[in-house]
Amino acid sequence: MIWIILGIVAVIVLWFIMTYNSFINLKNRVENAWAQIDVQLKRRYDLIPNLVNTVKGYAAHEKEIFENLGELRAKAMGAQSVKEVGDTNNQITQALKTIFAVAENYPELKANENFLKLQEELTNTENKIAFARQFYNDIVMQYNAAQQRIPASIVANMMRLTPKEYYPVDEGERGPINVQF
Amino acid sequence: MSRKTLYELQAENVRKTYLFIVTFSLILFAIGYFFVWYFNWGLTGIVLLAIFIVLYNWIAYEQSDKIALASVGAIPAHPEEYYVLHNIVEEVALAAGIPKPNVYIMEESQPNAFATGKDPKHASVCVTTGLLQMMNREELQGVIAHEISHIRNRDILLMTVVAVVAGLIILLRDVMLRSMWWGMGESRRRDKNDNGAIILLIIGLIFSIIAPLIVLIIRSAISRQREYLADATGAYIVRDPYGLASALEKIGSYTRPMRVTSDATAHLFISNPFGRAEKLFATHPPIEERIKRLKSLTM
Repeated sequence: MIWIILGIVAVIVLWFIMTYNSFINLKNRVENAWAQIDVQLKRRYDLIPNLVNTVKGYAAHEKEIFENLGELRAKAMGAQSVKEVGDTNNQITQALKTIFAVAENYPELKANENFLKLQEELTNTENKIAFARQFYNDIVMQYNAAQQRIPASIVANMMRLTPKEYYPVDEGERGPINVQF
Repeated sequence: MSRKTLYELQAENVRKTYLFIVTFSLILFAIGYFFVWYFNWGLTGIVLLAIFIVLYNWIAYEQSDKIALASVGAIPAHPEEYYVLHNIVEEVALAAGIPKPNVYIMEESQPNAFATGKDPKHASVCVTTGLLQMMNREELQGVIAHEISHIRNRDILLMTVVAVVAGLIILLRDVMLRSMWWGMGESRRRDKNDNGAIILLIIGLIFSIIAPLIVLIIRSAISRQREYLADATGAYIVRDPYGLASALEKIGSYTRPMRVTSDATAHLFISNPFGRAEKLFATHPPIEERIKRLKSLTM
């Protein structure tokens, strides 16, 4: 009899440890995924002044676009919550699109080696932000769902875990693709 | 078609690779055993044969990517010169959640690409210079996404091992055909009995007929479905089917065949390197069908 009780206790303790550890893993993965986004966002903040300086020389009277971008950059760099960071950066995405659209009207700018390189670097960063965001949101979903599931939710409550915020998706962006194999 | 998860698919591909290696080893042993018997090499011959087969399989498994890359004359893409390509590969790998594969370039005007390697940690993608010239960024991203999904689905191990082994089958056939010629001319002088020469002749003939067939069957076994799947997963990874669709349109409109190509490596590529000729054992589904399927992916 005593062995049966001991056995049950051992199973419960083991289950508790495993659940605890899986939460720790998930939490670290969320943080790691966020760090990936963060790296790309920092890269983008670094590239923006270079872009502004390059474009300014060719398209001086598009001043308000640069000012807008500069303000957005400052706002984004000071943002705290995931939602704030996401929203301000989504606005930067739009502003960058405007700049590249404007650049189409300046043939000299379009032929500028430095500008082309910057454009490529920013496109690269944009794509990485988008992909890192997909990743982050997937993992946040796993993390949040794991916290809500019974009986793991008991452990989650004891650990005082709270659901993580999703990185907001840009308005008017394409939805997920439904793949049929 | 039954639905399969990505993990089932990966496991299936790894299983198929082992099955293929075992089957091929048995065939190779049977052929080798015939030689050992014919030339009276005895036990030493069998041991050497076994060593050769083990070694060959090890090479096929571990080094197949390097062999495949070398056999098409691919060179590493310079990170400065091809920085856009490097950027794109890095992005798509990030989206697919695999480490960035090595990037190779092939001097070739036909737009084409392939991926190789035994697992996502040891993988390479290779594109032709023709592809780079023809495609814009979105299209190139689509093509790379197709290749990266081959890496993620673990298609590439099987495909590359097949390429290396098919190379050996073709080589063996040529050696046999040649030794047959010599055998017929010299059989009297060498004082070998004529029975042996005739057996060799017959085996050589049979082999020269079945060898290409084996290659064809294997290549078809690497089903066309796999290309559709890589198209779909590629589109899913970058959340954009139009880049790849438009890339395929451009690839489809290019009809000249590749300069360097062989039966052994044809199935590695994103599109048929021989040009558009429809074949009975085609390695690739028709491009029009692939474009149609890509565009019908629900958004």
